[in-house]
Amino acid sequence: MATWKKLSLLLSIIPLLLLLAYGFKTNPREVPSPLVGRQAPPFALSMFDGSSKSLEALRGKPVVLNFWASWCFPACYEEAPHLEAAWQIYRDQGVTVIGVDIQDRDTDAKAFIERHKLSFPNGPDLQGKITIDYGVYGVPETFFIRKDGTIHYKHVGALDAKLLKAKIEEML
Amino acid sequence: MSSGKRPLVVCLLLLMVLPGTWPSAILAGSLEKQTHELAAELRCPVCQNLSVADSPSEMAIQMREIIIEKLKNGESPEQVRGYFVSRYGEWILLAPTRRGFNWLAWLLPFVAILGGAGIIVLTIRRAIKRGHGPNADASRPLDPRYASRLEAELKESER
Repeated sequence: MATWKKLSLLLSIIPLLLLLAYGFKTNPREVPSPLVGRQAPPFALSMFDGSSKSLEALRGKPVVLNFWASWCFPACYEEAPHLEAAWQIYRDQGVTVIGVDIQDRDTDAKAFIERHKLSFPNGPDLQGKITIDYGVYGVPETFFIRKDGTIHYKHVGALDAKLLKAKIEEML
Repeated sequence: MSSGKRPLVVCLLLLMVLPGTWPSAILAGSLEKQTHELAAELRCPVCQNLSVADSPSEMAIQMREIIIEKLKNGESPEQVRGYFVSRYGEWILLAPTRRGFNWLAWLLPFVAILGGAGIIVLTIRRAIKRGHGPNADASRPLDPRYASRLEAELKESER
């Protein structure tokens, strides 16, 4: 085969290989949120304890908005104690942790709250409007909302104490 | 009411009722159609390769309800599509938009087909030129080693 033929074949293969490399490098399960850096969608949520919370009322405070479900095992079970610990540590500094229970049974959700002794506000998103408004595609997902109402960071999967601490400290 | 006047009253009633019902029926039909069309364009976030229209999941049902609600509120299909893209990114669209890097997804299959067809045509042409057809080698002179051996064997068989 002539040199120019070999060269043209090589040149046509390189972009394909680069495209493949790009495809293999990206995680197909990861959906980058277009909401990060933008204003968090407003919401009002009726809690399991009968109270209600709205993002508007929390303006000026950092908010940790966690989407969970009782059927989400083990990830939601792993992160629940860390969320409760973060709430206990940072609540005096104005940080609010809110749990949004999605696609769940009321009794199962309440049993989950009882099991983990969660004292931070939790409520069900019955119509799924908050869930869709935040572009949630699975549980657990957590949004860290700054004092000015913009989304600082979105975490997909179970949270650990180290990450929770780091992200909350960044917002304070 | 006399029996003679009854058909007239029925006609009058129909004339009063039908104009009111027809547009709403048409609207309901178009709303359902628009909802289905939009839902078919959106990827169900919790399923494997299913559209929001096809998925029986709770999330897809909730998404369809949001589509209906937005359309009822007078939002255009473009605005509804834009809402979901603003929440989930372009990932939510089953067909990528014809913009920027996404053009690759639209054009590469055609480039590959045309390239493949080109290679096939060139290969066939080259084969014809070289004479790879039937009996193409008949005109070629035989290798002298084989020619002498063949001749000897033919003579042997004639005996």
